[in-house]
Amino acid sequence: MTDQNIALMAHLMRRAGFGASRDELERCVEQGYEATVEELLDTSNPNNMPDDIIRRYHAEQSELRDLAGSAAYWMYRMISTESPLEEKMALFWHGLFATGYTKLNQARSQLNQVEMFRRNGLGTFDQLLLEISRDPAMLVWLDNQDNHGDAINENYGRELLELFSMGIGNYTEDDIKECARAFTGWTLGNAEYMSVRAYKDSIWPYSRIAWHFDYREEDHDDGEKTFLGETGNFNGEDIINIIAKQDATADFICTRLFQFFAADEVSEQGQRCIDAMKETYFESGYQINSVLRTLFNSEYFKSNEARFARVKGPVEMVVGAIRTAGSHQTPELGIERVSNNMLYMGQGLLQPPTVEGWHEGTEWIDSGSLVERVNFAAKELSDVNSPGIRAIIDRLAATGDGVLSPEQFADGCVDLLGPIDVADDTRSVLVEFASRQGELDLREREPGDESERRVGNMLRLIAATREYQLA
Amino acid sequence: MTSNKREKGLIVIQLSGGNDGLNTVVPYGRGEYYDSRSTVHIPQDRVLPLNDEIGFNPSMGPMKRLWDEGKVAVIQGIGYENPNRSHFRSMDIWHTAEPDAIGTEGWLGRAVREMDPQGENVLTAVNFGRGLPRALGCPGVSVASVGDLETYGLFPDIEDEELRMFTLEAFSRMYGNVAGRDPVMSLLSKTGQDAYVGADILRTAPEQYSSTVEYRSDSLSKNVKSIAQVFLANLGTKVYYTQHGSFDTHSGELPTHAQLWDDVAGSVGSLMEDLKEHGREEDAAVLIFSEFGRRIKDNGTGSDHGSGGVAFLIGGAVNGGLYGEYPSLHEAEQINGDLRPNNDFRSTYAPILDKWLGLDPDPIVNGQFEQHDLFRS
Repeated sequence: MTDQNIALMAHLMRRAGFGASRDELERCVEQGYEATVEELLDTSNPNNMPDDIIRRYHAEQSELRDLAGSAAYWMYRMISTESPLEEKMALFWHGLFATGYTKLNQARSQLNQVEMFRRNGLGTFDQLLLEISRDPAMLVWLDNQDNHGDAINENYGRELLELFSMGIGNYTEDDIKECARAFTGWTLGNAEYMSVRAYKDSIWPYSRIAWHFDYREEDHDDGEKTFLGETGNFNGEDIINIIAKQDATADFICTRLFQFFAADEVSEQGQRCIDAMKETYFESGYQINSVLRTLFNSEYFKSNEARFARVKGPVEMVVGAIRTAGSHQTPELGIERVSNNMLYMGQGLLQPPTVEGWHEGTEWIDSGSLVERVNFAAKELSDVNSPGIRAIIDRLAATGDGVLSPEQFADGCVDLLGPIDVADDTRSVLVEFASRQGELDLREREPGDESERRVGNMLRLIAATREYQLA
Repeated sequence: MTSNKREKGLIVIQLSGGNDGLNTVVPYGRGEYYDSRSTVHIPQDRVLPLNDEIGFNPSMGPMKRLWDEGKVAVIQGIGYENPNRSHFRSMDIWHTAEPDAIGTEGWLGRAVREMDPQGENVLTAVNFGRGLPRALGCPGVSVASVGDLETYGLFPDIEDEELRMFTLEAFSRMYGNVAGRDPVMSLLSKTGQDAYVGADILRTAPEQYSSTVEYRSDSLSKNVKSIAQVFLANLGTKVYYTQHGSFDTHSGELPTHAQLWDDVAGSVGSLMEDLKEHGREEDAAVLIFSEFGRRIKDNGTGSDHGSGGVAFLIGGAVNGGLYGEYPSLHEAEQINGDLRPNNDFRSTYAPILDKWLGLDPDPIVNGQFEQHDLFRS
C-alpha cells in the first residue's frame, strides 16, 4: 500500500525540485512536511558540483560563451544541487523573464542572468524587477540600449508591464510610454566598443566578453511623468515601486507561481489558494519565499486535486530522470548530447522561443516530443548499472522474502518511482507485463543478471506511461 | 491514416552555418571577386560555368548536370532587408518568414496546418534529424522527427527483439484507452497512438524500397536516402526537412566547403536519379537555402558572416534558370563589406506554397510578395 506521507513528500519534491530518491523522501518524512518546506526555502547553503571540477573536464564550460556548453553547465547544476528549489526558481524566472540566445549570441551574459535569479529568485519581487531591469542580457534582448532620453524605445517598458508584472488590460498605452521614459539611460557599459566589435567580429557580433550595466544620467529623461495615476519625476526605481504594489501584479505573479508549482489549470479551489498567496505577497512586503511557503503549506497544494496536475516540462523530465537514475554524477565529455535532449523535447535551456517564454502544460505534448520524452526516460530508468536504479532494486529485493508476485513486482516499481498514481488500465498492463516471466526472484541476484534486468524492463515501461508524463 | 496516393512533395535541405554564396555560385568573370578573395577563391579554370560571368563550385558536378537538363533554379542575391549576421536570429527569420518581429510559428508548420487541419495524417511533415527546426514548429501541428529511419520509433535502445515487441505492445495498450478520461489523459493517449502508428508506418518505408542508386555515405546522404524511401512509399508526406553543416567556414574554408558541397550535390544528384528511376522526378521539388552568405573579403583562410546568399530549387517540374540578380561586388553597392540582397526570400517561399503546395501564401509568409516563376506550368 502507498504510504501517504511518502506520497505527499514525493509530490512536494517533484514540484519544488526535480524529484527525490526514496532514502531522501524517508529522511524528509522523518523531519516533517513543514520542516522540509523550510529546508527547501532556505537556499543559503547550496551544494552543487564545483565549477573548477566541471571546467577541468570541459574547456567550453570554462568560457561559457557558447550555447550548447552553457545549457549543459546549467543542467549539471540542476542534477547536482542539494538546494533544488534554487534551481527550480531560476528556471521559473528564466521562463517568465524569457531571454533568448537567438538574439543575444552571448551565453555568458545569460548565465550571469541565471546566477542573478539564484541570488534574488526567492527574495522580494521589487528587488528582482530592479535586478532584471539592470540585467545586461535583458537590456539587449529588449533593446533598452536604444531607449534614449530624446527618443524612446518602448520595448522594455511594454514587456515589463505586459509579460513581467501586471498583464495586459491593467495599464494604458500612455503608461507604457511613461514607463519607457523612466528607463531611459539604463544601458550597457562600453556600448561604443561593443558596436565596433559587432562590425569586426562576425562570430561573436555582440562581443566576446560579458556585458555590464551602465546608467547614463545625461541620456535619462528626468522630466515629470504620470504612471498608473501617480505623478513625479520618476526614474526606473520609482516605476518598479509603483508596479510592485498593484493588485494586478500580485494577481499575475501569484497565478504564474501557482501554475508552475501547483497545477496547469486554475480551479475554484486553486483560485482560493492564489488569493491566499496574494495576501501573503502584500503582508510580507512582496517576499517570494513567503508566497511559496503559503502555497506549499496550503490545503490545496497537499490535496489530491493538485497531484499530477501538471505536465512535466522537458527540463523537469530530463533532470528528473537523471536524478532518479543517479547517472551523470561526474563531469563527462560530450554531456551536450544529454542536455540536447531537452531541446529535442521542445525546451532548450537559454533559448526560449520568444519573450513570452514557453507555452507550458499540454503544449509540451506532440507526437515528436513524446517519442523523445519516452525514449529518454526509458533509457535512463532501464539501466540497472546506474546507482539510483540499483537502490530501487535493493529496496524491491527487501520486499517480503525477495520473491515478488507479478502484482508486487509492478506495484513495487510504481511505488518506488513515485509513488505514481497510475490508472487501473495502466496497472493491469504493467501487471501483465510483469507476469510474462512469472514471479520475480531477487534472492540470489548478481549485478546486471536476468532478474535485475527484469526490473530495468519494468521501470522502462513505467517511464513510458502516460502517468509518468505528469508531475 | 495515409492516402497511399502519389503526392507532390517539398524537400528542404537547410545549409546550417551560413553557406559562402560567392564560392558556391562563383562570379568568376568579375575581377572584383579575385581582388577581394585573394586566397579563399575558386580558380577560373575549375569553375563549372553557367555562363560567361558565373559558374558552380567544382564540387557541384551532379547539380551542374541537373542544371544542364533545365531542372535547377538558381536564386541569386536572396535575403531580406537589414540583414542580421547572427546565425540564430537569421535562421529564425528564414524559419518564421518574419524579419521584423520575433515570430512564433514556422512557415512550413503553418503550411502543414493548412494542408491537414485536423491532423489526420501524422506524417504530413517529417523531419530527418533530431529536434524540430523552427520552420516546422506550430501549435497543434505534429511532426515526426526521425533521427535514424532504420531504428525510428519507441524504445530504439532495446536490443532483444522479442522484448521490444512486448514493450511496444504494452505501450500501445496503455495509450489505447481514451474513453471517459480527463482532457490531459485523452491528449496523451491520442498523441501516444499517433507516435506509435507513425513509427509503425514509417518503418515500412525502407522495407518497400528498392533501387539501383547508390547514395554516398555522409550524414546528409543518409538522410536524403531516407527521404527518398519515405517519398517512394507514398505515405502522404508533403514536407520533408533535413539539414547539413556546418557551413560556418571562418577558417580552412576551401577543403571544408568542397567536402560539404560534395555531400549536398552528391545527395541531391542521387535523389533525383532515384526518383527518375521510379518515375517520380516530376513530383519532388528540392529547396536548398542557408541563413546568410559570407563577407566579400576573405580573412586569409576563411570568410566571416555576411549577407546576400544563394538558394536553389531543383526538380523535374522546376523552371530551370537564373532568378534575382547576382549582387554587385562594387564597393559603393555593398553593405559594410557585404553583398546587398536584391530579392526577398519570401518571393521564393510564396510560389512554392502557391504553385507547388496549392496554398494561399500571404498569411503564411506574412504579406504579399512578387513570386518568382519557379515552376513549369
